[in-house]
Amino acid sequence: MKSKSRNFYLIPYVIWIALFVVMPILLVLYYSFFDIDGQLTFDNYKKFFTPVYLKMTFSSFWYAFLITMFTLLVAYPISYLLTKTKHKQLLLLLIILPSWINLLLKAYAFIGIFGTYGAANSFLEVIGIGTKQILFTDFSFIFVSVYIFLPFMILPIFNALDELNPSLVDASNDLGASKWITFKRVIFPLTIDGVKSGCQIVFIPALSLFMLTRLIAGNRVITLGTAIEQHFLVTQDWGMGATIAVFLIIAMVLIMILTGKRKRGIL
Amino acid sequence: MKQLIRALLAVLIVSFVLIFIVFRLNSSQGYTSGNTLTIFNWGDYIDEELIKQFEDETGIKVIYETFDSNEAMLTKIEQGGTAYDIAVPSEYIIDKMIQEDLLLPIDHSKLPNFQYLDSRFLDLPFDHGNKYSIPYFWGTVGILYNTKILGDRELTSWNDLWDPAFKNQILLVDSAREVLGMSLNSLGYSLNDKNKDHLQEAKEKIDALTPNIKAIVGDENRLLLQNEEAAIGLVWSGTAQEIMWENENVEYVIPKEGSNLWFDNMVIPKTAKNVEAAHQFINFMLDPEVAAQNTDYVGYSTPNKEALKYMDEEVVNDERFYPDEEMTSKLEVYENLGKRMLAHYNDLFLEFKMHTK
Repeated sequence: MKSKSRNFYLIPYVIWIALFVVMPILLVLYYSFFDIDGQLTFDNYKKFFTPVYLKMTFSSFWYAFLITMFTLLVAYPISYLLTKTKHKQLLLLLIILPSWINLLLKAYAFIGIFGTYGAANSFLEVIGIGTKQILFTDFSFIFVSVYIFLPFMILPIFNALDELNPSLVDASNDLGASKWITFKRVIFPLTIDGVKSGCQIVFIPALSLFMLTRLIAGNRVITLGTAIEQHFLVTQDWGMGATIAVFLIIAMVLIMILTGKRKRGIL
Repeated sequence: MKQLIRALLAVLIVSFVLIFIVFRLNSSQGYTSGNTLTIFNWGDYIDEELIKQFEDETGIKVIYETFDSNEAMLTKIEQGGTAYDIAVPSEYIIDKMIQEDLLLPIDHSKLPNFQYLDSRFLDLPFDHGNKYSIPYFWGTVGILYNTKILGDRELTSWNDLWDPAFKNQILLVDSAREVLGMSLNSLGYSLNDKNKDHLQEAKEKIDALTPNIKAIVGDENRLLLQNEEAAIGLVWSGTAQEIMWENENVEYVIPKEGSNLWFDNMVIPKTAKNVEAAHQFINFMLDPEVAAQNTDYVGYSTPNKEALKYMDEEVVNDERFYPDEEMTSKLEVYENLGKRMLAHYNDLFLEFKMHTK
């Protein structure tokens, strides 16, 4: 009776997973085998391996890599400093606050800030560098993406650093390790799990960003996300859109495996 | 088990109470079935006061939703999640919607105001005899340029855009047919060209334009051009008009090689629930005074001949927005290219976007 009722309670979760996790993936896979006229075909997969899509895949990965790297470079020191401050929870909240604002709103704000007559250029004018084109460049695209993803990177790293046993750092100091060695040999390896999950949370969505590529990069950066949007909404070539999505899913699974958590014996 | 049943009952009761509240709220605002009209239109494409006026005159409650591309609209209507009574698609999509049997025929006997429409804009290839669609606005695609930034330089031709002097100055729209069309026009080909060699040539020609392109954007182009973020833009005439209202330094031109003539038309989707109200609304919008007021607000060109009498003479005589017969004859309406050809256009456009500086 007990195990029966337990199975009974499982039903909603099984239905949920079947409907909203398994079904969509199967549907994406299913659609990827149909061409624009609804004929069964492998052409979509062949088409994916043409220079246009390979180049697009490469540039998606390249930009996602840059975004993740810069986000990490900014997030790690911030998280580290945060753990050293008195009101760390309050400061953490302040850093996370911007993620409560809608992404599009932030993107539109950056169009204003980075514009020819925007705040950023006024500043450059004042310090004597003069007006530069900032909007619609790689720089603005990566800057805005890093800004948007930053809270997602900070949270796991902050948690990892916060849980770090301070006596390990003290021990390292006592045994004569320099600050750099302590960081390299003790702090960083112990927080690597936080870094890994932060990178996952940033890299995977960064791979298929699409609104920012138009709003901030003016379609000068084309990612797989842009292509999926176009195939589904404009061309109505659901097959090709689904094929790209299949490759994205494969890429994400690979990334999850590569950066997956391994149990560690310390602590 | 007993607890579970009790919890289930509680959920059911709460749901029923909520349904009842929603129903009461809806009816207190007039949203009862049979008394509403759901309109699916482009963003910022109607004078909202007219909706109110229509509601006051007829007692029909209007639910107004917007879309930002024909394709997104079509996808939503095909899925049929919401029953739209009126939609306002562009002409080439209407052809497709008729073929896919997504539209209801319009009963002309219920539209006494139909007579006010200019015959130039009726009975066009995408819908002979206007069986399914009634023109709402029309316009052209052209070049908007800023005389403050460019000085005395006057643009008259599509080919002017390729001038190296305009490095990093052009904003294009993120739409395959407009961008490829510009190139096709500049080469002297038809906007509906299906010859793959011509299309390849057109694609290579826009690749060569890359150094001059600042960005390929969507509706943001209005704000960007208005703020003089770029000197030149490929725009629809209505967007041009809106920018001209805000910024006196800009000029709009329909290039001499010809361009696209587009229509947005009112149609009744097959899923419509209130066909009677839909006809009432279409007739209301065709009323010359209403059409004039709407045109004043939206800024696109009205196909309503009578409405011109209620409008500012300066606007009506403006050749940029109401071109003469000679210019109109050079304008081409987009035809439905078919799924495969449209996909080819979009593939070429995607390749062009991938072509980096």
